[in-house]
Amino acid sequence: MTAFIALLHRDLRVVRRELLSFLLRVVLNPILFTFIFGFVMPRMGIIQKGYTDMLLPGILGLSMTLSSMQAVSLPLVIDFGWSKEIEDRLLAPISIKGVAFEKIIVGVVQAIIAGIVVLPLAWLLMRVHLSLTGIDIVHFVLVALLSSWLFAAFGMVIGTVVPPQQISLIFTALLSPMIFFGCAYYPWAALHVVPWFQYLVLLNPLVYANEGFRLALTPNMPHMPLPLVYGALVGFSALFTWLGLRKFESRALD
Amino acid sequence: METVITVRDLKKTFKPKSRKGVEVKALDGISFEVPRGEFFGLLGPNGAGKTTTIGILTTRVLPTEGVAQIEGIDVARDPVSVKRRIGVVPQVNNLDRALTAKEILLFHAEYFGVPKQEREERAHRLLERFELTERADEKITGWSGGMAQRLKIGRALMHDPAILFLDEPTTGLDPQARRAMWDLLTELNQKGLTILLTTHYMEEADQLCSRTAIVDHGKVLALDSPAQLKRSVPGGYLVELQVRNGANGSFADALQTLPGVVEIKSENDRVRIYADRVEGLLANAMRLAGEQNVMVTDAHVSEPSLENLFLHLTGRSLRE
Repeated sequence: MTAFIALLHRDLRVVRRELLSFLLRVVLNPILFTFIFGFVMPRMGIIQKGYTDMLLPGILGLSMTLSSMQAVSLPLVIDFGWSKEIEDRLLAPISIKGVAFEKIIVGVVQAIIAGIVVLPLAWLLMRVHLSLTGIDIVHFVLVALLSSWLFAAFGMVIGTVVPPQQISLIFTALLSPMIFFGCAYYPWAALHVVPWFQYLVLLNPLVYANEGFRLALTPNMPHMPLPLVYGALVGFSALFTWLGLRKFESRALD
Repeated sequence: METVITVRDLKKTFKPKSRKGVEVKALDGISFEVPRGEFFGLLGPNGAGKTTTIGILTTRVLPTEGVAQIEGIDVARDPVSVKRRIGVVPQVNNLDRALTAKEILLFHAEYFGVPKQEREERAHRLLERFELTERADEKITGWSGGMAQRLKIGRALMHDPAILFLDEPTTGLDPQARRAMWDLLTELNQKGLTILLTTHYMEEADQLCSRTAIVDHGKVLALDSPAQLKRSVPGGYLVELQVRNGANGSFADALQTLPGVVEIKSENDRVRIYADRVEGLLANAMRLAGEQNVMVTDAHVSEPSLENLFLHLTGRSLRE
């Protein structure tokens, strides 16, 4: 446990040191998006007033999940593929799984920081039209933790499977469709207009994170049924954690 | 003397990473033991299996077969307990690039649960000893090989290990830095630290190690003190002749009769004369060559050395 906390201490020191660039990475995209879609376009009348209510949970979901995924995957790709820096931590008196779990926790922590920064900023920018009634705190916390964990574990799978030369390709080829098909910018329920697509996106774990935030932040708006959201978040988390740990171990040991 | 490192019939085969890859047999039944306090060397060319051996002993590589123990603890079965007892200086620079030099030392000790005040003191002392105090608050990007190497050793010492593993610690260092590194390692060993190092420099093994295992193709070919090993080369001295168009058998037979000659090894255009003295040998050999119409294009005389032993055992030079 001492080693685990020390590893966490090291990673948080690095996060703190790089806080400014971290915040910029986390905040820029959602803020620009919020500004255009949540502030400018509603004023133009191009977007209906209620749209921002649909948008806020998606923006928050995207920021948190992408933060934890990047926080885990990028350092791992570099560590395993190139700098070998992680060897130093693999020699700490802790099991390899312990080192891997610590990485996931750091991902979750970074996602929480991202959420804490993005939520009030997005709120402020959209406030004019936002009518949030009855936020469900319990679901909010649960969804936030589960989605952060899910994507930290997903980041571990990416970080241990993808060679450094291909990471930018993976981010483009995998992340772009995930984001656009992730029900961040539209609610899943509204997809019934394209039924095949509504079923297809169920393969995308990001859908459940975003719908989860929708369920917690705007429970009165259309959202995915609660059991489906939690079932998928827990299921995908378990799958990616199992796969990520396995891959991490096989990369750490020859 | 208590044995702290036990390696018995250790084998390691690396499975191919891709479908087109081939299986690599890195260790083929390597065995040795190291008592506490010894300075032990693994000497061999690149690809001999030295790094794999260290990898297994330091829990980073899983053995395919055989036994590897640190202070009686099986490395594969209880890696966490083993990690507590060892310090590792790997060949590659795996220093934490996100941290400053001092933080690298402090965090390393923290991983091992060294109390705060103690780790501060140790870091201060090691930075001082390794002449890194002035650079302590810098990140290590752009550091010279020698400085990074010293910091890596400092890091490995932060948790006060019983055994220090060093993989090719002076590869890439200039002669001055290498000499300083040798002094440093000798000092650590004299203070009682057990050291296992790998090297492909025979001078290094000769200078530092109380015992050296000569390894090649994942096997131990010879194991003894460098002095004993050198004595085990037939005769000790080596005269190497380069001959044009190959040497005939009668030339080798004639050489065998010269005073002091212990053994003749002849292959292609190279004749190796092992002898216990060299006075007049070269002149005699040249005279015989003249008599037999063998054209000698180059001749080299060398003193007893581990290099010669390796050559004798494998027919190859340490530095191919």
